[in-house]
Amino acid sequence: MTCHSVKNERIRQKSGVKRILLMGNPNVGKSVFFSRLTGVRVIASNYPGTTVSYMRGFMKLGEEEAEVIDVPGTYTLEPTSEAEEIALKMLNTGDIVINVVDATNLERNLNLTLQLLETGTPMIVALNMWDDVGHRGIHIDLKRLEELLSVPVIPTVAITGQGIKELVEHIPYATSPELAPSEHDERWLAIGNIIDQVQQVTHRHHTWLERLEDTSVKPLTGGFIALAVLVGAFLVVRFIGEGLIGYVLDPIFENLWTPVILGLSSLLGGTGFLHSILIGSIAGGEVNYVEAFGLLTTGLYVPFAMVLPYIASFYLILGLLEDIGYLPRLAILMDTIMHRLGLHGYAIIPTLLGLGCNVPAVLATRILESRRERFIAATLISIAVPCAALQAMIFGLVGERGGQYVAMVYGTLFIVWIILGLILNRFVKGFSPELLIEIPPYRLPLWQTVLQKLWMRVRWFLREAIPIILAAVLVINILYTLGVFNAIANFTAPVVTGLLGLPKEAVVALVIGFLRKDVAVGMLAPLALTSEQLVIGCVVLAMFFPCIATFVVLLRELGVAGLLKAAGIMIAVALLVGGLLNLIL
Amino acid sequence: MSEGKLVNLRQMPPGRSGKVVEIQGGAGLFNRLSALGVRPGKKITKVSSMLMRGPVTIQSGNTRLAIGFGMANRIIVELDEA
Ligand SMILES: Nc1nc2c(ncn2[C@@H]2O[C@H](COP(=O)(O)OP(=O)(O)OP(=O)(O)O)[C@@H](O)[C@H]2O)c(=O)[nH]1
Ligand SMILES: [Mg+2]
Repeated sequence: MTCHSVKNERIRQKSGVKRILLMGNPNVGKSVFFSRLTGVRVIASNYPGTTVSYMRGFMKLGEEEAEVIDVPGTYTLEPTSEAEEIALKMLNTGDIVINVVDATNLERNLNLTLQLLETGTPMIVALNMWDDVGHRGIHIDLKRLEELLSVPVIPTVAITGQGIKELVEHIPYATSPELAPSEHDERWLAIGNIIDQVQQVTHRHHTWLERLEDTSVKPLTGGFIALAVLVGAFLVVRFIGEGLIGYVLDPIFENLWTPVILGLSSLLGGTGFLHSILIGSIAGGEVNYVEAFGLLTTGLYVPFAMVLPYIASFYLILGLLEDIGYLPRLAILMDTIMHRLGLHGYAIIPTLLGLGCNVPAVLATRILESRRERFIAATLISIAVPCAALQAMIFGLVGERGGQYVAMVYGTLFIVWIILGLILNRFVKGFSPELLIEIPPYRLPLWQTVLQKLWMRVRWFLREAIPIILAAVLVINILYTLGVFNAIANFTAPVVTGLLGLPKEAVVALVIGFLRKDVAVGMLAPLALTSEQLVIGCVVLAMFFPCIATFVVLLRELGVAGLLKAAGIMIAVALLVGGLLNLIL
Repeated sequence: MSEGKLVNLRQMPPGRSGKVVEIQGGAGLFNRLSALGVRPGKKITKVSSMLMRGPVTIQSGNTRLAIGFGMANRIIVELDEA
C-alpha cells in the first residue's frame, strides 16, 4: 500500500536488465496486469487514479529477467497532475512500453497510444476489457488495428488472465513504427480514420446496471442512494466488526489465552520487571486485557481483538465500493460541498481512504491537481479523519459508555472537518481547479478479487502495525519504570488539566499517540475518566498530531514547510477544540 | 438540415443530445477535454446536472464524464432535434 515516491529519488536501473513500462489511460487494468506479470500484489480499483506512484517488480522474459513498472494512468503526455507527471518521467526511462488499452473506449485510448508511438519507444498493445466488448455491442477488427498501428495488438482480460500468455510471448516483438510527431488536430483525424476502419458499434438496450449508473448521478435519486450507501456501509462495518469481536475473538482470548496468561503469571511469581513487561498488572485471577498493558496481554489484545476485526470489516466494504465503481459517483454528489472546503469532489476518495489509514490517504491526495488542494486535503485528513484502528478503539472504549458519546466524538470531528476546511479555503494561497473526471461503468466485482485485495490490506496491517503496537507497549512499560512519564506529566499538567480538564497522566496517551493512536486510546482506559473526559481525550488524540507513519508521508508529500504548517494547525486546533469541549461538556 | 439551437452544457436539458461546437477559453481546458474525448464535432448526451453549481454529467460514446460547473459553461453544444 505504501509505495516509493519518485520525487527526490532517482530510479536506478539494473544494468542490462530491460525495463518494461505498463502505460495507458487511468482505470484500464494496468495494476491488475502488473500483479499478474510480477506476482507483486498492488491495489487495483474501479476508479481513475488508483495508482499514484510507480511500483516495480520483476518477471521472467524467456531466459532473462525484466523489470516491470506499474505507471500511474495518464490521458495524454501533457501532464495535468502530479501522478501524470510521474508517468511522463517514467516514460523516458523505459525500454519497452506495454500500452494497456480499454477496448470499450478505443477512440479515446488511441490518443495516448499514438502519442506513445510518436516518442519512438518500442511498444506492444494489450487490448484489455475484451470480455466487456461484446455486451456493449462493439466489434473491433483486430487484424486491421494491428496493421494500422504497426505494433502487436493482443486482446486480453486482465482479471481472468486471458491473453496474458500471448502478451508475454509477444513482448520481444515490440516495435516502434517511427510515427512522426503530430499536432492535436492531425492526430484526432488519424484516430478517426483508424476507428472508421476497425470499429463497429451496434445499438443495444441498456442493462439494469447502466440504468443504475444514471440514477446515482441525478440530484434527487443520487442523494438518496448516497445516503443509503454511506449509512448502510457504516452499519455493515459495525455489524461485522462487532460480530467478529463478540463471537470469535473475545471467546478465543477469554477461553484459550487467559489460562495461558494466568499460568505464565504464576510461573513468573506474579510480580517483577519481566512480569510487568510481559503481562502487566492483573488482579484476582482475571485478566483485563485493555488495562493490563503487558506485551502478551494488551499488546496482543488491542491489535488482534479490538482493531483487526474493524480493519477487516472496513476494508471489505471499502473494497466492494471501490470495485463496483461507486466512489466517483459520490465525488460528483459531494462536489458542491467540497468546493466550500477548497477542494473538489474527487477529494472525497482520499478522505474515505483515510477512514481506513491516513498513510495511503495522504498519498492518494496526488490525484488532486493543485498544491493548494493537496495541502488542504492532507491537513484535513490528518486532523479530522480518524483511521480504522483509532475508530475501533473509540467504538470499543467510548461505546461502552453509550452511543451518544461515540456520536459526540464523530460529531466534533465532522464539525472540525467542515469549519477548518472553510477556514483553510479562505486563507491558503493558490488555486483549486474544478472537477473533471471520467466516471467508470459499474462492474460486478469477482469475489476472488475483492477477497485478495482485503487480504493484502489486512496483511499490511499485520506487518506494519503490529510491530509498532508491541514496541509502543514496551516503551510505555520501560518509561513507566524509569519514571519518565511522571516528569512529563508534571510539566504539562497546566495544559492537560487546566485547559483540557483531563488528569495529568493523560499526557502519556498524547505522547504515545505519536507511535500508534489505538494504543494511545487504550492508555486512557485505566485513568478512570468520566465519559465526558473520555470524549475529550479521544477527540484531542485524533486531532493532536499524526502517528509516525502519517508524519513520514506528510513530510514526503508536503515538504518540510508544508508539514510544519500542517502540524502547527493540528496542535492549535486540537487544543482549541479540546478546551472548548471542556467548557461545554 | 437546419441548424440546431446553440446552448452551453449547463443550459442543455438532461437527456438531450447534441454536438459540441466550441470550447471557450484557453488551450488548457481544450486540451484536457479533448484528451478525455470531448472536442468540437463530438456527439454527447447530457445525463444530469447537480444542483447549486454542481457538476454536469455527460456521456460520449462509452465514456461518461463529470464536468465542473464553470467548465460546463464554456462548452457550447448544438442541440439535436428533440
Ligand atoms: N471486466 C474487466 N474488468 C477489468 C479488466 N481488467 C481490469 N479490470 C477492472 O478494472 C478496474 C481498474 O483496474 P486497475 O488495474 O486498477 O486499473 P489501472 O489501469 O491500474 O488504473 P489507475 O491506477 O487508476 O491508472 C479494476 O476494478 C479491475 O478489476 C478486464 O479485463 N475486464
Ligand atoms: Mg493502477
